[in-house]
Amino acid sequence: MTELSRIWRETEYRYNLIGYKCKNCNRTYFPPRDICPYCHRESIGKMEKFKLSGNGEITSYSIVHESSSAFKRQVPYVMALIKLNEGPVITAQIVDCDPDNVEIGKKVHMAFRKIREDGTNGIIEYGYKFKLA
Amino acid sequence: MLSNNVYIIGAGETKYGELWDKSLRNLAVEAGLKAIENAGIYSKDIDAIYGANGLAGTINEQENIGALIADFSGLSNEGIPSIRVEASTASGGAALREAYLSIKSGEYNVVVVGGVEKMTDIHGSDIIEKMSSILDREWEAFYGATPAAMAAIIARKYMHDFNVEKEALAMVPVNDHLNASKNLNAQYHNKLTLKQAMDAIPVAEPLNLMDCSPVSDGAAAVVLASEEYMKRNKKEGIKIIGSAIAQDYLSVGSRDSIYTLKSTKLAAEKAFRRANVKRDDISFVELHDSFSIYALLELEDLGFVEKGKAKELVYDEIKTGGRIPVNPSGGLKAKGDPYGAVGVGQVVEAYLQLNEKAGERQIKNAKYALLHNMAGTGTSSVIHILEGY
Repeated sequence: MTELSRIWRETEYRYNLIGYKCKNCNRTYFPPRDICPYCHRESIGKMEKFKLSGNGEITSYSIVHESSSAFKRQVPYVMALIKLNEGPVITAQIVDCDPDNVEIGKKVHMAFRKIREDGTNGIIEYGYKFKLA
Repeated sequence: MLSNNVYIIGAGETKYGELWDKSLRNLAVEAGLKAIENAGIYSKDIDAIYGANGLAGTINEQENIGALIADFSGLSNEGIPSIRVEASTASGGAALREAYLSIKSGEYNVVVVGGVEKMTDIHGSDIIEKMSSILDREWEAFYGATPAAMAAIIARKYMHDFNVEKEALAMVPVNDHLNASKNLNAQYHNKLTLKQAMDAIPVAEPLNLMDCSPVSDGAAAVVLASEEYMKRNKKEGIKIIGSAIAQDYLSVGSRDSIYTLKSTKLAAEKAFRRANVKRDDISFVELHDSFSIYALLELEDLGFVEKGKAKELVYDEIKTGGRIPVNPSGGLKAKGDPYGAVGVGQVVEAYLQLNEKAGERQIKNAKYALLHNMAGTGTSSVIHILEGY
């Protein structure tokens, strides 16, 4: 069973879509990272939390039929790469639509959803998914 | 002067497949003994062992793989150093490179490189869960991404931007199965028609079951030797003339272009420069085609054809006898995909081909082999260029 702390320490980012901005070059990142891969040493101490708008567009997607155990009850589901308006590309599901309506380039926005369950007695994990705008 | 060249003097592998009667250690020992026998060396000759393995910790709940391999190969009394090398699905290539460097450095003369994976002890969605740990677990797999889903996302974008039909992807497993039908150690021996490849059940659209490598058990091993050893023993061997590894971002979304395998591009440039050969010199390639789409991207990023143009190669030119024969072994789709063993198994194939011992699937006049072993979605690529006689 997963310890609560593993989930808890990421909740800020997963619930609110908080990434990081490098104050040296102004690039934004999601998921959070401590070092900017462009500024290296120059970015140390200059990475600041940054709230993303949750708006973006679909870079590409797949309709998943064979999943890992935690997602068995969700198949088929749409897994996508979404380019957020602020720049970062995020990996997330697209929900609340017929998979046939999903297309490359369509606008989406973030929705707060249940992501997975840790077995029958474990923690229910929440975070972001996306809906067609 | 330090000896500079590194040679392959022996190779061996188990069958790949669902090997219910064989354990992780059975497989590792079987491949290792075959390679050692083939090389004609004895335990007293071995300076070190590098064992490649991807997921024994999560699948088999067994870590400490270096000790396991050495112990059950009967080498514990001698205290021969044995360590595991882990670089996800590129563990085999990475272990080969570490062994190569250890000989280049002058420290060792004879090193055994093994690769092993025992994947069929769990099945269904449970093995998909373990396999998904090769992605970014917290920011890709956590949300439902699987290796197939990420490859499918890349495939859809590639097909969209370069106007490539699904059929071009399906030619990859068709070629793999044809080649594997001539390889007794391969997981599958059935030939695949284009229609069968196109009509298989979806796994992660647009990819179907025939676009995806199977879950496999298997092991492979090779013996490397220094120039000094070769001279002393008046031996000849296959020479490693290029060896390189490069990295990319862990998550696909972090990369500038999702269908450019930057790690492959960088490693290829380095390996070709060091080997001092041209693309046209390569007799055949073993590609890491865990998903059909990757074979197309790899042909492009290795420099055999421009980005978006691999469709010009996949119908005829990748066949045995074509411009750039791909996966004479059967590749990951049909020879099999036992994660940690793959990169070492590619060397076994090259060893057979370059010694003209590949039987029915022999590539004529094979002189230079390029081996491409890739981790995850392209996070690492290891490339070796080998020279025959």
